[in-house]
Amino acid sequence: MIDLAGMNITMASGKGGTGKTTVAVNFAWFLASAGQRVQYLDCDVEEPNGHIFLKPSITESSPSKVMVPVVDQEKCTSCGECGLKCQFHAIVNLPGDTLIFPGLCHSCGLCVAACPAGAITEGDREIGIIEKGKATKEMDFIHGVLNIGEAMAVPLIKRVKDGRRDSCVHIIDAPPGTSCPVVATLTGSDAVIMVTEPTPFGLHDLKIAIDVAKLLDIPTGVVINRDQGGYPPLTGYLEAAGVPVLAVIPEDADIARHYSQGGIILESLPRYIDVYRSMAENLEKLLDIHSSRARRVMIS
Amino acid sequence: MKEIVVVSGKGGTGKTSVVASLACLIDRKAMVDCDVDAANLALVLNPRVIEEKEFTAGKKARIMNEKCTACGVCRDMCRFNAISEDFIVDPVACEGCGACFFYCPASAVEFETPLAGHCYICDTPAGDPFVYAELSPGEENSGKLVTMVRTEAKARAEHAGLSRVLIDGPPGIGCPVISSITGTSLALIVTEPTASGIHDLERIAQLARHFSLPAAVIINKSDINPACTNSIDQYCSRNNIPVLGRLPYDATISEAQRQGKAIVEYAPDLPVSKALREISEQIISIYKE
Repeated sequence: MIDLAGMNITMASGKGGTGKTTVAVNFAWFLASAGQRVQYLDCDVEEPNGHIFLKPSITESSPSKVMVPVVDQEKCTSCGECGLKCQFHAIVNLPGDTLIFPGLCHSCGLCVAACPAGAITEGDREIGIIEKGKATKEMDFIHGVLNIGEAMAVPLIKRVKDGRRDSCVHIIDAPPGTSCPVVATLTGSDAVIMVTEPTPFGLHDLKIAIDVAKLLDIPTGVVINRDQGGYPPLTGYLEAAGVPVLAVIPEDADIARHYSQGGIILESLPRYIDVYRSMAENLEKLLDIHSSRARRVMIS
Repeated sequence: MKEIVVVSGKGGTGKTSVVASLACLIDRKAMVDCDVDAANLALVLNPRVIEEKEFTAGKKARIMNEKCTACGVCRDMCRFNAISEDFIVDPVACEGCGACFFYCPASAVEFETPLAGHCYICDTPAGDPFVYAELSPGEENSGKLVTMVRTEAKARAEHAGLSRVLIDGPPGIGCPVISSITGTSLALIVTEPTASGIHDLERIAQLARHFSLPAAVIINKSDINPACTNSIDQYCSRNNIPVLGRLPYDATISEAQRQGKAIVEYAPDLPVSKALREISEQIISIYKE
């Protein structure tokens, strides 16, 4: 009996297009069909795709805003203190005018505290929307959609994760890459499933992504997607790095076709249910190992 | 200087494989890998590194234990929850705003610029200038590193008397993508005929339009879902985006990648290589315009 209630399981990869979303939606679908309460959270806010496959009914849509400073030019003495302190070059002080560049602002609030004239207050700016709904009876759905032209993905990712409920297992779909949006997604995860492909590009980016997971101290397992009978550089690296393989999904034209149409693979190709079941069981083992390790550390 | 940037929105549509082939087919250009999170172009270009530069951007706070009075002002000021109850700054959560540094009454916070990555200035075996970078794992400021690699590549191109730059862009539509496309002449979007591919194509095409940047499309793996390819054609024609070519699916491309080669040099007689040659001729004429 699989029980992952309350766990935060993130799908990441480094390289894009390795099958993160495919594995995430099918794993979520598998867990829901096995009787788990699931929340699917799409943190790839730049290019969210989970909804294409899960086809949720959206019941709630709200704009997501971040704090930006608003300058009262009447009160502003043009002392320059705010622009001097702002580390993000979001404020430029001109004689008689203080300009704010909202796209560069990190919403740290330093300028508000720094202004000796009390001329800066907190306003807000929309960076995208959060949509919530239901994918199936057992599966809740949340995603963030970043506005076009918006550079600030991290606050929206944090907002998607704020929607988590304790009673569910959270399946979190990460964006590609290894920098701040991925870190924001991975932070607080109980385990990360790295979905990789057996190619030089896939392996190169997987190594960087695993380094990020190590930096954040998150237990990591790998799913090898589109396997064509083994790729020694990949298996050699995983053995040396001590990263377990949770599942191997073969290259299969049927999967590619169902994927291209936006379908759930397990619905159309039930022969893969066993692959996802063993993925879940291996994930539980990974979580067990790490929790018993954590206990040992606490006792010692 | 004319810069063409290859983007996709969705990851894994074949950007880098297309750029690797164009690199073989277009002469007299500099090349840049702007996917600084996960740079792959070097794996097929086999470059020789001429110069390595350090990348620093943004500061990080560190609390000096011996001076800290545990007053809690820093924790109250920090909006990124980067300071623990025992006053240790989490360097990953710290966005480098400096609030703790400026307001610590005991001056117990150091605020320094850590090394955040490396930029590599190279030559390819064919003699083209090539610049790529590696952002340190988990670092911020990828947009600034993108700007650095582009600036270095343009300088190298000018020095070599070249007027063309070919850029391999990152996936997505956020910060590093915006840094990669601003000021370029054309966004060459590599897409694939899948439900996700179309969805993401529309968002990257909207981004190009948002920045008044002309776009053109290459449909990769065009034969895996003809109905979807048809939808992409219709979308492009509705939005006046030219489709420069269609590349058939071919497993040999992965094989070429494993050998560290572009498909056009590994198997020049395949239909996919022929299609890439036709695309490269159009791109050469775009560079001339």
